[in-house]
Amino acid sequence: MQLEIFRYRPDRESEPTFQTYEVPFREDWVVLDAINYIKEQIDGTLSYRWSCRMGVCGSCGMMVNGVPKLTCAVFLRDYHEGKIRVEPLSGFPVERDLVSVIDDFINKLKDIKAWIMREEGQEQPVEEGEYLQTPAELARYKQYSMCINCMLCYAACPVYAQDSTFIGPAAIALGQRYNMDSRDQGRDQRQEIIASHEGIWECTFVGECTTVCPQDVDPAAAIQRAKVSSTIDWFREVLVPWGKRK
Amino acid sequence: MSPYHRPVPKTWWLKRRAYFLFMIRELTSVFAAAYCAFLLVFIYKLGEGAQAYASMIDLMQSPSSIVLHCVTLTFVLYHTITWFNLTPKIMVLRVGEERVPPLVIAGTIYAGWIVLSLAIAWIVLGS
Repeated sequence: MQLEIFRYRPDRESEPTFQTYEVPFREDWVVLDAINYIKEQIDGTLSYRWSCRMGVCGSCGMMVNGVPKLTCAVFLRDYHEGKIRVEPLSGFPVERDLVSVIDDFINKLKDIKAWIMREEGQEQPVEEGEYLQTPAELARYKQYSMCINCMLCYAACPVYAQDSTFIGPAAIALGQRYNMDSRDQGRDQRQEIIASHEGIWECTFVGECTTVCPQDVDPAAAIQRAKVSSTIDWFREVLVPWGKRK
Repeated sequence: MSPYHRPVPKTWWLKRRAYFLFMIRELTSVFAAAYCAFLLVFIYKLGEGAQAYASMIDLMQSPSSIVLHCVTLTFVLYHTITWFNLTPKIMVLRVGEERVPPLVIAGTIYAGWIVLSLAIAWIVLGS
């Protein structure tokens, strides 16, 4: 079976090329197994990221025949006819071969403040124990908390591909995850980014982020719901200017 | 040793079926908006008197106008159905602790659409 791999070695070439490798076909091999075989048996210069091999770490995301996939979760047998073309995730600059530059996403995660925030003076002392939550309160955000930061949603998003200032699907979904958490009080701070021009309003609801998500996070829905709540905020501010935004 | 930035081709929306269908959905908005503008003109003509209204009806009966109406109807139906289907994704309603199933939300909207359409048809055709 043939694997056509995107190669970019900035020390040797200014433009990327494709290199074809012949790998044995095995029924139980995933695409990552084939890439590991190339690295170990054919060409040790090939660079790529991977870690857990079980769809948890989110580091082996690549374009497989033009579609963003976790390479540890797609089998060779699903592409038995013809070649498999493997490229780095679209939308991101390429560091080397299949390794993308992901600094932009990491910075956006920081900007969106994807952690529990309490208002000043509201922090519960450690000796009082944990913040309690009912199963119903957990159910409100649990889906969004399943994100593994694999960035497949960014690679599927045509808006991000054309304008990388867009905060993007996973970061907004994670912002929503904390906004909907009953223990969190940081929504107002996150809104500055979520409701900005580069936030939810940049999204045109193509929906592919949700289609490619390996964890069923449904970032497209998270963004549209954030649009609804931001619109309600706006109406509240205009119609009830003396009222406090919740 | 700088990172390589891959260019995005202008034909990116032809690369995947979902992108293409999305672009069609965006295009249908133009037809929906244009038909709203047309309806406003129609009402305006109605206010100008019987002669202006009759000439408007004449214009609408021309073959090119009928073709344009059929094309617009197709696009507006596509627009409506795709957005109706997306609505349960956006609207999360809860009754007590239970989430209202997406099918119920979509079904309610479709039912409302049918009832309203029948009511308008009854008013227009019945009078």
